[in-house]
Amino acid sequence: MKKPERQGLYDPQFEHESCGVGFVVNRKGRKSHEIVQQGLQILVNLEHRGACGFEENTGDGAGILIQMPHKFLAAVAGEDGIELPAPGRYGVAMVFLPPDKQFRKKIEERFEQVVRAEGQKFLGWRTVPTDNSTLGETAKSEEPVVRMAFVGCNSAITDELAFERKLYVIRHRLFNEIRYAGAPGGSFFYLPSFSSRTLVYKGMLTTAQVAEYYPDLADPRMESALSLVHSRFSTNTFPSWDRAHPYRYVAHNGEINTLRGNVNWMNARESQLASPLFGDDIETLKPIVHQDGSDSAMFDNCFEFLVLSGRPLAHAAVMMIPEPWAKHDTMPADRRDFYEYHSCLMEPWDGPAAVAFTDGTQIGAVLDRNGLRPCRYYVTKDDLVIMASEVGVLDIAPERVESKGRLQPGRIFLVDTKEGRIIADEEIKESLAKAEPYGQWLKENLLKLEDLPAGAEPSHPDHDTVTTRQFAFGYTQEDLNLIIAPMARTAVEPIGSMGNDSPLATLSDKPQLLYNYFKQLFAQVTNPPIDSIREDIVTSTITTLGSEGNLLDPTPKSCRQIQLVSPVITNEELEKLRAVNEPGFKSATLPILYDVSGGGPALEQALNDLFAAAEQHIADGVNILILSDRGLNEQQAAIPALLAVSGLHHHLVANGTRTQVGLVLESGEPREVHHFALLTGYGAGAINPYLVFESIEDIIRRQSLTGIDPQKAVKQYVKAAVKGIVKTMSKMGISTIQSYRGAQIFEAVGLNSEVVDTYFKWTASRIEGMDLAGIAREVAMRHRRAWPGRDYRDDVLDAGGVYKWRHDGEHHAFNPTTIHLLQHACRTGDMDVFRQYTASVNDQSKKLATLRGLIDLEFSEDGGIPIEEVQSVESIMQRFKTGAMSYGSISLEAHETLAVAMNRIGGKSNTGEGGEDPGRYIAEPNGDSKNSAIKQVASGRFGVTSYYLSQAKELQIKIVQGAKPGEGGQLPGTKVYPPIAKVRHSTPGVGLISPPPHHDIYSIEDLAELIHDLKNSNRHARISVKLVSEVGVGTVAAGVAKAHADVVLISGYDGGTGASPLSSVQHAGMPWELGLAETHQTLLLNNLRSRIVVEVDGQLKTGRDVVIGALLGAEEFGFATAPLVVMGCIMMRACHLNTCPVGVATQDPELRKKFTGSADHVVNFMHFIATEVRELMAKLGFRHLDEMVGRVDRLSMRKAVDHWKAAGLDYSRILYTPEVGEEVGHYCTMKQDHGIEKSLDITTLLKLCQPAIEQGQKVQARLPIKNVNRVTGTILGYEISKAHGLEGLPEDTISLEFVGSAGQSFGAFAPRGLTLRLEGDANDYVGKGLSGGKIIVYPPPDATFPAEENIIIGNVALYGATDGEVYIRGMAGERFCVRNSGVRAVVEAVGDHGCEYMTGGRVVVLGPTGRNFAAGMSGGIAYVLDAKGDFHTRCNMDMVDLERLENQEEIAEVKAMVEHHAELTGSTHAKAVLAAWDQSLKNFVKVLPKDYKRVLMAMDRVIASGLSGEEAVMAAFEENARDLARVGGN
Amino acid sequence: MGKPTGFMEFTRELPRDRSPQERIRDWEEFHDHTPDAQLRDQGARCMDCGTPFCQTGMILKGATSGCPIYNLIPEFNDLVYRGLWREALDRLHKTNNFPEFTGRVCPAPCEGACVLGIIEPPVTIKNIEFSIIEKGFAEGWVVPQPPKSRTGKKVAVVGSGPAGLACADQLNKAGHLVTVLERADRIGGLLTYGIPNMKLDKEDIVQRRVNILAAEGIEFVTHADVGRSYPVEKLRQDFDAIVLCCGATQARDLPVEGRDLAGIYPAMQFLTTNTKCLLDGSAVPADLSAKGRDVVVIGGGDTGTDCVGTSIRQGCRSVTQLEILPKPPASRAADNPWPEWPKIYRMDYGQEEAAALFGADPRVYCTTAKKFTGDKQCRISEIHTVQIEWTLDAQGRYSPKDLPGTEKIIPAQLVLLAMGFLGPEKPLVEALQLETDPRSNVKADYGKFATSVPGVFAAGDMRRGQSLVVWAINEGRAAARECDRFLTGFTNLP
Repeated sequence: MKKPERQGLYDPQFEHESCGVGFVVNRKGRKSHEIVQQGLQILVNLEHRGACGFEENTGDGAGILIQMPHKFLAAVAGEDGIELPAPGRYGVAMVFLPPDKQFRKKIEERFEQVVRAEGQKFLGWRTVPTDNSTLGETAKSEEPVVRMAFVGCNSAITDELAFERKLYVIRHRLFNEIRYAGAPGGSFFYLPSFSSRTLVYKGMLTTAQVAEYYPDLADPRMESALSLVHSRFSTNTFPSWDRAHPYRYVAHNGEINTLRGNVNWMNARESQLASPLFGDDIETLKPIVHQDGSDSAMFDNCFEFLVLSGRPLAHAAVMMIPEPWAKHDTMPADRRDFYEYHSCLMEPWDGPAAVAFTDGTQIGAVLDRNGLRPCRYYVTKDDLVIMASEVGVLDIAPERVESKGRLQPGRIFLVDTKEGRIIADEEIKESLAKAEPYGQWLKENLLKLEDLPAGAEPSHPDHDTVTTRQFAFGYTQEDLNLIIAPMARTAVEPIGSMGNDSPLATLSDKPQLLYNYFKQLFAQVTNPPIDSIREDIVTSTITTLGSEGNLLDPTPKSCRQIQLVSPVITNEELEKLRAVNEPGFKSATLPILYDVSGGGPALEQALNDLFAAAEQHIADGVNILILSDRGLNEQQAAIPALLAVSGLHHHLVANGTRTQVGLVLESGEPREVHHFALLTGYGAGAINPYLVFESIEDIIRRQSLTGIDPQKAVKQYVKAAVKGIVKTMSKMGISTIQSYRGAQIFEAVGLNSEVVDTYFKWTASRIEGMDLAGIAREVAMRHRRAWPGRDYRDDVLDAGGVYKWRHDGEHHAFNPTTIHLLQHACRTGDMDVFRQYTASVNDQSKKLATLRGLIDLEFSEDGGIPIEEVQSVESIMQRFKTGAMSYGSISLEAHETLAVAMNRIGGKSNTGEGGEDPGRYIAEPNGDSKNSAIKQVASGRFGVTSYYLSQAKELQIKIVQGAKPGEGGQLPGTKVYPPIAKVRHSTPGVGLISPPPHHDIYSIEDLAELIHDLKNSNRHARISVKLVSEVGVGTVAAGVAKAHADVVLISGYDGGTGASPLSSVQHAGMPWELGLAETHQTLLLNNLRSRIVVEVDGQLKTGRDVVIGALLGAEEFGFATAPLVVMGCIMMRACHLNTCPVGVATQDPELRKKFTGSADHVVNFMHFIATEVRELMAKLGFRHLDEMVGRVDRLSMRKAVDHWKAAGLDYSRILYTPEVGEEVGHYCTMKQDHGIEKSLDITTLLKLCQPAIEQGQKVQARLPIKNVNRVTGTILGYEISKAHGLEGLPEDTISLEFVGSAGQSFGAFAPRGLTLRLEGDANDYVGKGLSGGKIIVYPPPDATFPAEENIIIGNVALYGATDGEVYIRGMAGERFCVRNSGVRAVVEAVGDHGCEYMTGGRVVVLGPTGRNFAAGMSGGIAYVLDAKGDFHTRCNMDMVDLERLENQEEIAEVKAMVEHHAELTGSTHAKAVLAAWDQSLKNFVKVLPKDYKRVLMAMDRVIASGLSGEEAVMAAFEENARDLARVGGN
Repeated sequence: MGKPTGFMEFTRELPRDRSPQERIRDWEEFHDHTPDAQLRDQGARCMDCGTPFCQTGMILKGATSGCPIYNLIPEFNDLVYRGLWREALDRLHKTNNFPEFTGRVCPAPCEGACVLGIIEPPVTIKNIEFSIIEKGFAEGWVVPQPPKSRTGKKVAVVGSGPAGLACADQLNKAGHLVTVLERADRIGGLLTYGIPNMKLDKEDIVQRRVNILAAEGIEFVTHADVGRSYPVEKLRQDFDAIVLCCGATQARDLPVEGRDLAGIYPAMQFLTTNTKCLLDGSAVPADLSAKGRDVVVIGGGDTGTDCVGTSIRQGCRSVTQLEILPKPPASRAADNPWPEWPKIYRMDYGQEEAAALFGADPRVYCTTAKKFTGDKQCRISEIHTVQIEWTLDAQGRYSPKDLPGTEKIIPAQLVLLAMGFLGPEKPLVEALQLETDPRSNVKADYGKFATSVPGVFAAGDMRRGQSLVVWAINEGRAAARECDRFLTGFTNLP
């Protein structure tokens, strides 16, 4: 198997990786062979964090970095006749070389020449012994020859760092002259390390293979004081020896989301780089960042450059991964200054990251600002420091442990072997902050926009002028009514529902703004989206304008910039910039207009003129360029703003002048969040949407917007726009606008390569499309609406019809005709009417509504086969599913109707994210079942209990949803009706939040863990992962297959019934045709297709849609909108308002009565679809659906595309089949190996506990446990739930005590009756989904460290837990009790984001908490022992009140919990708290969510009035729902 | 937009019409105006649907569903709710040249398709439309807006009914010089002479609009009967383009025994005469008067209803209305689901008045006339009727069959035939040598409106056959667009 080139829709650049990382170091710098051995041991114990592909013995890569083992090297070199100089006076290159001898010889000769040419001594070669006997075929296929090259230091170089720099220069030259020069065999050529200080052994190996492959490592002379190791999990399975970590300086677990921008900015900076340290060599080093590497490799490139150019390791690390400082009020001023200053030098490399780094002397790690990767460490009394993604990677006796800790978000941790000590975050940052007078530099140089003097007074044009401009920029009434006015009124982007069924821009008859040809990318699986609302502390909207200086020579002037609090600026602010008159600043305004009658050529000429003018201005010292279309008139149209901005940005990047100038846009065109996001994403520093502001003034003047003055409205609008940008970037996991700027997190669809390569370089664009002339044509169409060339003009804005159907608006696939026909057909069971419906839809598709509309089926020329030979309608229907729509988003009636219908036909309905009433698991008297076959597990984990999981046929992990990929959801309290609250295990009337990410999936290896957890929770259910189409989804799907999912669902962007911000409904994600084809192709290339079922959904409406889905690679099919329409939905698109008049998407009891849907109608629909599928199969000549999967040869692009825009489209990449061997299966034929048999539950616990499960006997046992024992107790829990239902067993029926370090997900989903004790410590996800069980964790009796100050359990404990008790003696990591809805827990300290999104339960924290406690917390109560009285500074007060503990009953309850804790864990801390109870009581702070409090009070009043039971609950709910002062919302 | 919960809070309310007893004593309009506050509530009932079926203008099972001129109904409902009458008027005029006509005479297929109609009585769209435009006139917002410049192109619009007026209005806005030719003595076509005054006031309402159009520069020529008094050659010579909007005025006849008797008239003749006399201030000729007579109206449609209302005002002794179809159900039948036009039992103004005066709905269902018998003066005296049974034939179509034994004789001294129209009148079609379709309408594709003769367009009932005023406006506007494109190579007419 060769590493494939880009082909079809597969593109290797979308490979993702994530992994386990660790190091062990003797802090005193004592070298030993043991350290090397321990490093290798850590690696083996991190095995489950890595991955292998279809071959078990081929890993994704692993490796180890150690100090230069001089003793060993001197010996082995000596054996080869090479005499090594003293340590430090020689460097060793680890070299991967081609197996071909001739090629190798040439390369080696070149190598030697370059070394000599650079003035160093070439000492000789040593072949590194390797043993490939255990390697898989894939790894072997690309196995290099590994040799060491010894290079002696020129005696003129006396400084060690100078020698390192020289080796660095040599390495760059070698790369440029061998690998990039295309030397024969050059693709093998790679240098894992080339240093006088460190040495790297790595390869495409499994963790265990590292030691086996490199016998060197077993040599006792191989000594080091530190080992840095890494185990890789790649989404691809292609041989890649050089992508294994560690790199030269770093090993990285995570992903850089802003990579494209970082690389572009680094390239842009290159022209200004100058350093006496490098002198002329600097030219050899360019490009600093090699574009063919992974994100980690590029990070390493930049990091290495910063270090070698003279910055200390820690300085380089915090420059690239700064902690969030902008909103950190309690941060020391000088440290903020340090960060603020450095923000002028370089944007953060943003994304989830635990980066371990070393230069051979110091070793450390830094964690991203969100704390999205785990990073735990032990310090032993005998000077060992062990840091890894997990605890328990080395066996350390408890009494040896001095302390246990974790790296916190944004923190750094450093061990200096020279100084022999650990340098803590505080000390490092303090010394960095004090290194220069940053505060003074900022004060003298950095200007704030708000402090600049006012410029000219902005104009206030009249209605007619505004209208003319609105026409010219394509405004519609919808833009005013649905976008601008709501943003100005509420400061929030408006939401909509029921997806998007209008055509892609490239298929639309209406002139489209250029923005509409771009779709937003979003994080899925390989990195998490972030929660920009609840975790606002990590986001920053600050941007700067001006010129950057030389990165290598930071001076006070480097921060001579203008700082903006956000990139959207008002007319007044723009005038300030235009008038800027400060030393060091010069602004100029450049028109972005062109002669509209000149079409494409005129547009192109105008762009070139713009670029030339910009160059000239920059040469003249202008450093703020204002691109303006204010001058547009009848002859001169505006260049699409995005084209002007991005085109100029790329032009300047290419010319190396980009960092000398800030780009400001003054345009009438942008008005939506998506527009601002795009403009920022393609390089704009500030945007002034003047026409929006003029429009706001106009609608206020005409009283169309009332109750607000223009100033306030403008402010609100800007706020909404900026919030929207933040939300858009947070979908990709990006936290700062500074990093987002230029990061190009978009995919183009419908633009040709020439346009993309010229003006939007590096943007993915896969189906070609329109050229510049086409863009100009659309501009002209709008322009003519404004200036028709005659006196007559219809002065009333057009309706629009994008968000709602309008007669002359945008086409919608579900329109009055199709809705009527579909409902009529299914209600009357009339196939003929159904055929009219599908004819109408399919014909619309041909009217270019969808990509598949342009696809033709290639029927058999011989007329196909008799229909009797095709598999039955019934068997086809078994492949059908309904979409995930929660009970809560749709009514009980609609939810149950779908379940009954799908169970009748053997298909599958989906619970959606909202749980299910256990009553539905019992069959109806008539044989019907309301039990949804698919149980969804989404980020809110609502109603996810052991029993719920045990009742599923399929468990679906919703990573993203089509309506709002990368976003969470919110059910406002007024919609949490009592029955809904019941199944969601929450409180009626209290709002519920689904976080944007799953807090247990921040990476691909986390997903593998959740899949494993769920498989344990119900090993008879298939595990499915739901993804949304976007570029690179195929590689993600390959990763999902490698993570052992049984099914992967590819959703289209257009589907989705859920409520979502309008920009997400319209602009996030891609059509499923692209995602599905990419997935199928990538899985084939990886030989993973046969291991996984591929499902597709997203606006599937007809049999033809299903057939095209199958031919593009799917074997199962989901429907959501269509069945809703069948049940009565008339596309009100008001789901989010609870006013659905037909009872489908409402919880209002009165409106629910209007529901008239029936399971029979849904069955009719499925039957009709299957009938059509079968008929088409006959015509195509397929007997069985499996035969059709991926048969793109039976599809063709419509030959005669007569639409001027669509004429440029090219589907060849969609309709592509990779060439693979015959052994590669093209549909799912194999089962995944989930490795369940190896679990502790299967090997030991089940048998042990059988008497308890079967007879209810008590069972007790004490057992050892290790970090490789994951998900302990979960299979046991399944058996209990299966046998005993929701109730479980009596408390403590089973009581197991474990000793050691527990693996991840300890006690996940444990039901009542199961008690798990742990003596030792645990990794992440303790008690995930706890369902009534009990978990008690405490340190071993012989441990000497104070438990309450040491980390004992990892991050994200009790995520989504619904019931049970937990006692933790010691500290927990980040996000303790996230989304807890019922557990009672006691813990002694917690990290950041404690009790986040909690909706129920009681939590007692007997010590300090991290920041952002109680963010998004809407229910339950937390009691925090706040001895220092500063808890309020770390608590997020948005949704909670802080109170004292006063109620006696409550005090007794809390005390009882603490007493229990003391008793069960032996906590000395708890005993001390109890001993001084009266004092303790004063220190307790009660954290009570406002929403929850209101409901509790309403409940009290209702009960006092004499009501009880369900009646009381409903009455309290209604009282609360009427309360207009409620919190929550947006 | 609007008030999301409005439909749950407010019930449908319409202004009460003037009482039948009062209104039959005059020829004034029977509508009344609704107070603003009530209109706001009614506007709030609009759900601002994601898919507003009210503005679709679909043909379902042969009937119109939703507004054929695609009025921006959710938008204007919202504006009324918010009290932004002026904006509402602008949005209404964007799609509808003459809301004051449709707001009075349209059967409101918008309301039949209103999504709220699935669960509750629909939004009072028609009344809101009516109120917006009347508010506009009352406030003085509707004023002549002559084009700023003229293209120099001359267009003749033949026929001044709703299609012709809409077409003329649009072409005039584009700057063309428009002449409207009308064969009658007054402008308005069917608006003036087809619809009785109590439904649509001629001087206050129709002429009000005609005056505005004239002030905007449209030239109106009456007594110009093209093909007869006005030579076709002159038309072709004097104008750069011609749009024919002459309607479908060929009435359907009932060729049964006794049809030649005196006192049997096409409904239009009766109605036109009545209106003309009313406007001229002259007495209705005795032959055509219902006064003191037993009147039988054959046909259960709107024209039939107008005949009933007119007869009552003329002072008939009794009035009977024969309808060949069965009595519709009180609510939608299973085979007539929303959003189809609801075929349900309705009391229109004429029936209401007859019931008030004579105690019962004048309609007799499933009944047809078999023959007429007369008195000695050969004047109609009786109608012989029979009941009809509708049965499904082999092709799945309903066909009528006489039910033996149900024959009846009804006394009648005036019989009015209101059984619909067959197409345009022949002389003009022949004079211009236009091709026709199998239904005898002028052949011109919808959307193009070009007849077989270059430069000659046809629109409205003349092209599509008998239909609604809104369809006439739709066609007049659309034909104007095509005519504009023909004249200048470009159009920006909506």
